[in-house]
Amino acid sequence: MSDVTIDQPLVSDGAPPPRPVSLRQPRLPRWAPAAVAAGAIAAGCGIGLGAALSSRIQWGLIAAGLFVIVMYALAARVEGRRQATDRLATSLVWVCFLLAVVPLVSLIWETVARGIKVLDGNFLTHSMAGVLTIQPGGGVYHAIIGTLEQVGIATAIAAPVGLLTAVYLVEYGRGRLAKAVTFFVDVMTGIPSIVAGLFILSFWILMLDFGYSGFAGSMALAILMMPVVVRSTEEMLKLVPNELREASLALGVPKWRTILKVVLPTAIGGIATGVTLAIARIAGESAPIVLLVFGSQVINNNPFDGAQSSLPYYIYEQWAAGNDASYARAWAAALVLIAFVMILNLVARGIARWKAPKTGR
Amino acid sequence: MDITSSTADSSPPARPGAKPGSKAANAAKGATRPGDRIFLALSRGSGLLLLVIMAAIAAFLAVRATNALSHNEGNFFTTFEWSANATPPVFGIAVLAFGTIVSSLIAMIIAVPVAIGVALFISHYAPRRLAAPLAYVIDLLAAVPSIVYGLWGALFLVPHLGGLYSWMNDYLGWTGVFAYHDGAARSLFTIGILLAIMILPIVTSVSREVFLQAPKMHEEAALALGATRWEVIRMAVLPFGRSGVISASMLGLGRALGETMAVATVLSPSFTIGKSLLDPGGGTFAQNIASSFKESGEIGKDALIASGLVLFVLTLLVNGAARLIIARRKEYSE
Amino acid sequence: MAKRIDVSGLSAYYGTHKAIDDISMTVEPRSVTAFIGPSGCGKSTFLRTLNRMHEVTPGGRVEGKVMLDDENLYGAGVDPVSVRRTVGMVFQRPNPFPTMSIYENVAAGIRLNGGRIRKAELDDVVEKSLQGANLWKEVKDRLNKPGAGLSGGQQQRLCIARAIAVEPQVLLMDEPCSALDPISTLAIEDLIGELKERFTIVIVTHNMQQAARVSDRTAFFNLAGVGQPGKLVEIDETARIFSNPSVQATEDYISGRFG
Repeated sequence: MSDVTIDQPLVSDGAPPPRPVSLRQPRLPRWAPAAVAAGAIAAGCGIGLGAALSSRIQWGLIAAGLFVIVMYALAARVEGRRQATDRLATSLVWVCFLLAVVPLVSLIWETVARGIKVLDGNFLTHSMAGVLTIQPGGGVYHAIIGTLEQVGIATAIAAPVGLLTAVYLVEYGRGRLAKAVTFFVDVMTGIPSIVAGLFILSFWILMLDFGYSGFAGSMALAILMMPVVVRSTEEMLKLVPNELREASLALGVPKWRTILKVVLPTAIGGIATGVTLAIARIAGESAPIVLLVFGSQVINNNPFDGAQSSLPYYIYEQWAAGNDASYARAWAAALVLIAFVMILNLVARGIARWKAPKTGR
Repeated sequence: MDITSSTADSSPPARPGAKPGSKAANAAKGATRPGDRIFLALSRGSGLLLLVIMAAIAAFLAVRATNALSHNEGNFFTTFEWSANATPPVFGIAVLAFGTIVSSLIAMIIAVPVAIGVALFISHYAPRRLAAPLAYVIDLLAAVPSIVYGLWGALFLVPHLGGLYSWMNDYLGWTGVFAYHDGAARSLFTIGILLAIMILPIVTSVSREVFLQAPKMHEEAALALGATRWEVIRMAVLPFGRSGVISASMLGLGRALGETMAVATVLSPSFTIGKSLLDPGGGTFAQNIASSFKESGEIGKDALIASGLVLFVLTLLVNGAARLIIARRKEYSE
Repeated sequence: MAKRIDVSGLSAYYGTHKAIDDISMTVEPRSVTAFIGPSGCGKSTFLRTLNRMHEVTPGGRVEGKVMLDDENLYGAGVDPVSVRRTVGMVFQRPNPFPTMSIYENVAAGIRLNGGRIRKAELDDVVEKSLQGANLWKEVKDRLNKPGAGLSGGQQQRLCIARAIAVEPQVLLMDEPCSALDPISTLAIEDLIGELKERFTIVIVTHNMQQAARVSDRTAFFNLAGVGQPGKLVEIDETARIFSNPSVQATEDYISGRFG
């Protein structure tokens, strides 16, 4: 096709020869992709059954591969190379989407389907005290208490520090200290949770010789939470228009009162959203808990003394016990944990929408 | 990736300390009021506290690690053994480093192309009514705790991968790398797949944001030249998003390297480097720390801390590289 | 290669909002037709319906017919990609691809349709297109430099070169000079005068002097009221529109009484 284009003189004198360009291109009918997809899935299942491939994953991969190839071949025959490439890209993007969605949906589905079996009032209100791991029964009460306390203390430490640091960076920060803080906040965001756990272990337990406790875990969680709070608060404070600050300062309000009474209240919705998302993130952390809280079968309401449990740790422990009763408890606890995290996320989005940007655009 | 950062990204104002800073300069100089002084001290103190924590992490890990290394009878980098509680203690990170890097690389090879595809799907292919809820769901999935991925990986994914692995063994077994001898599929390759699934949401989120920011006018220019949708993406979207995708992948890599509990639940560890990636065995830094911790004495714990220090440095390098790419991109686009 | 455009009963929507209502007109081949009118009267929207760019906007929808000679752009089985190759477009803000060199920018459209083109042939097309856009002399020594390094006026001419390199039948220009200084504007206007020998040109402009200078025919668009769709008021020889329009609103607009 291209040669036709090129052979034409570009700057033509007199009447140029009319170029036969058709706006109509042979196109596959609109239902073609759907039909090919259906065919590919049928063929995938057929081959899977026929060859007795045990894993559904193979069936899916065969179907996806067939779909991409057949679509490309069809389009190349009917519509030409460029359209075929476009179709190929579209098919691949769809296949990627399905490849991503299938495991994620399966994860949620399995957790809900398997977790719901043991999840009841008894499960939520009892600990594992006196329950052998191979017996059914028992519950997550002690783990819920542990998670709430540990996350609560971590938030109580990390939220003020994170918030004040963000205020410092946005409202005061200049010079080398601010640059260093900005840089290390970035670095801190990338610390693996197990490393934070090791730090508290070497500092709090090995050097200062305190025992395992919920509080030790909280400190590690706080380290993981701080940079997240700083980042999100910083972004929110930057959105507060400078005119607001100037208006307040011009009224003779001292800077600290301006920050407390004007800047922070304007950004409070976004800040709360950020803190809530940070809480959701640390609530699912299990690695530091393994190192610092040690795990427990019984209710321990005191986070400052003695081993506790937590939801993520409980899941790990029940999985490690390795029998049907404990697996069932692990799934149920996973469901509780996911629900907890999702509710926090929804709350965060709710706050974000409710306190939507007053800064306007 | 979440609401906070996306709103911030799309609005132009204020690099840190740009405008507010200049104004703060005057105010800070005249900060004679006790209220101002206290407030400044508090907020500066918080910033300093963060720096102190970072320094303390490095220092404490280093001190404990030195202690462990001074007792080590093996070579820390080349020994294929982890008997840190024996007398004399012998341990080396070779197997852990291999497992960590290989599983993370497998995760990247699987996750990055798929994440780019999903990000493009959301930003350019999905019907508009579907795109927004999809983006939201993917963001929610980024919040699923890693232990849940671990549980799902151990009890659901592993049994389903056995068939696939036998199949790969039939066709690719001759390579050695993809040989598979029956048994639970609790191998480094499985870890790679699981890590890929875990980092997919975050890589997708960040890439999607970048693709959505690609200037409309360049997309229209390509369209007006008679480009198909894919050609528009290739001409006007991918070049613009390249560095963003790279830094997103690096962030994902950072997470994969440090992932602990999901690996500890799924992998069946051993202190060997097997020829095959599909057969069980191997280990990662984080997994080894979590799995061996409870049976460790003092030197054992210090040895684990030493391996943690290596992991710390590794993630620092990866995250540093990601930040560098992001910073370059900012300069380029401003 | 220039073609006549025949529009009949064309309306365009953004979602449920009707942006332009029931427009019919004829655009003569090898001439310049200017669209003028107050802001928001739908002239740019209408322009974008002429190469099916309107439907790229989320919610964009079109009713009616646009005949390019004897083929309806909105007919069943018509491929929008082919339409846009046939009807080229130049945008309000110069938008050369930032990651490509000057040469690659001009070659971009040809490479799309590509297959294998010999380097020499491609060089030839690039040179002719740049000459056609009066840019060759200024850039011939730096073809491999990024297109974004040029001045605004040069960038816009680069975009014109890019558009004519694929040899469209029609060239649409959406306020091509609104982001440029007077000297660059003059260069583009001169160029339009040359290009109309080869292409059917439609130009949207805010600047009535510009319409008077460059166009053969002028169409005046107006809004019936706030929130109402834009409508075509009249289209006629440019000289007549500016001296003796047949509708009072046109005269009011041209004499600066509103808009």
